[in-house]
Amino acid sequence: MATYSEITIKGLWTNNPGLVQLLGLCPLLAVSTTVINGLGLGLATMATLVASNLIVSLIRNWVRPEVRIPVFVMVIAAIVTAIELLMNAYLHQLYRVLGIFIPLIVTNCSIIGRAEAFASKNGPLPAALDGFAQGLGFALCLVVLGALREVLGHGTLLADADLLFGPLAANWEIVLIEDFRGLLLAILPPGAFLGLGLMIAGKNWFDRHQADKAKAATSLASPAAI
Amino acid sequence: MPRSSPHLPVAARVNRVMLSVCLALLPGVIASCWFFGWGVLANLALASATAVASETLMLAIRRRPIRKFLLDGSALVTGLLIGLSIPPYAPWWLVVFGASFALIFGKHLYGGLGYNPFNPAMLGFVVLLIAFPAEMSAWVNPSADLDQTRLTAYSQGRIGLEELDGLTAATPLDHVKTELSRQQTSQEAAASMASGPVAGFAWDWINLAFLAGGLWLLLRGIIRWQIPVGFLAGLGLMTLLFWLGDADRHPGLLHHWFSGATMLGAFFIATDPVSASTTPRGRLYYGLGIGVLVYIIRSFGGYPDAVAFAVLLMNICVPLIDHYTPTRTYGTGPRQP
Repeated sequence: MATYSEITIKGLWTNNPGLVQLLGLCPLLAVSTTVINGLGLGLATMATLVASNLIVSLIRNWVRPEVRIPVFVMVIAAIVTAIELLMNAYLHQLYRVLGIFIPLIVTNCSIIGRAEAFASKNGPLPAALDGFAQGLGFALCLVVLGALREVLGHGTLLADADLLFGPLAANWEIVLIEDFRGLLLAILPPGAFLGLGLMIAGKNWFDRHQADKAKAATSLASPAAI
Repeated sequence: MPRSSPHLPVAARVNRVMLSVCLALLPGVIASCWFFGWGVLANLALASATAVASETLMLAIRRRPIRKFLLDGSALVTGLLIGLSIPPYAPWWLVVFGASFALIFGKHLYGGLGYNPFNPAMLGFVVLLIAFPAEMSAWVNPSADLDQTRLTAYSQGRIGLEELDGLTAATPLDHVKTELSRQQTSQEAAASMASGPVAGFAWDWINLAFLAGGLWLLLRGIIRWQIPVGFLAGLGLMTLLFWLGDADRHPGLLHHWFSGATMLGAFFIATDPVSASTTPRGRLYYGLGIGVLVYIIRSFGGYPDAVAFAVLLMNICVPLIDHYTPTRTYGTGPRQP
């Protein structure tokens, strides 16, 4: 049984859905054109993950294993429908920007993956935390990739923040490079693939660097310990 | 057809191959300079310098022997091919971006020479074409006097493309496509542009020069005949098919063979030994596929030329082609288990 901090670290880093499991790549690549788009879809996915993990965990003892997948799918579909309606009502502009990708959250394989791999085997509290950590990890990927592509493609950050945060945020847009004509490639799909590839490479490089440092530290420390 | 022994002839050294390719490019380079001026040389110098610098950098980062890999000349050839495909007088950062992308992303991230599934030069070219479509389609007018001050300022990045007004012109490929979309017939389109002895002015000479260099490579045994012949045959068959169907709506064989990057592509780009098919029959299919794709993308696509996309698309198919076209060794049956 994993501890709460292990669950959190797994979702955010060591078993991150976007960078390690490579699940849910379709929305990750398609929607990450700006920070706000990425954040909007990331939050929606996170809410879905928390709710679906919680409900699947609560009903796990009453669902026969033979029919568990259809039941999980129905639970997830119901949650996504509710989130879609809520976004349509309260974040209508963002809802129109994200379009088909909100109902498509239901097909995000990391959601059914967490339901099957974690929530159906653990209690409600760890399951909800797992959904939160995995969803946050996914949302962070979306935001970082969105930021990368927005800076390279438009030279701005947090453009159209009012779509998500209301009229208060209308002037949050940060222009990093004045009169930047934009690298069209970053906005187009190849930019998403390149950006995600570089993020994964960066994570792997960082992990290996840390492992090397840890190894060096232990090999230095061990003679003294003996 | 079975082949007799020896099945493993002595392989040519990489640097000899690359040196011959550089020499064979000379006629085409001279012809391009004749029509487009010093911008071609500037592109070539900048692109090959960037390519060699990126190669050195990546070899150093990857802790590979720098001297050995740098002297094989493969980075130089990639740089030269990129320099030739980018329009002359392009802003310097465009050339640097394309050449470094080709070497870093197209070659070394896949593992360096021999491991890259895609032709690095064409990968760099396509990235430029997608990222900077306007600059990548701005070819100076070969029949007009060139305003050197403005062109210099443009290639140094001091003025934008919009200030080159009057200096650039549509290439024969662009011109014919635009006229056809304006409901002109292909004969009217050909008549309303400057022509050379074979096809559209300047480009036919450049293509003839690359053809000459390519034939020299063939004679020296540096490249095999299958890829260029397949390429030109595929393009030619598609052209004839449509041309015989409706000659008014489709330009003829010479237009397609001697415009754009056809000859450069057929003899120098598609024949890249790393990313092309490696079996004799496979090479023929690979070339045919490129030719057919070039025709389709040129005629029905939205980009100025199609060689780069066609080569990349067929690069993806190479493992499949090689799998189904193994050379039958002498004494074995027609189908290997």
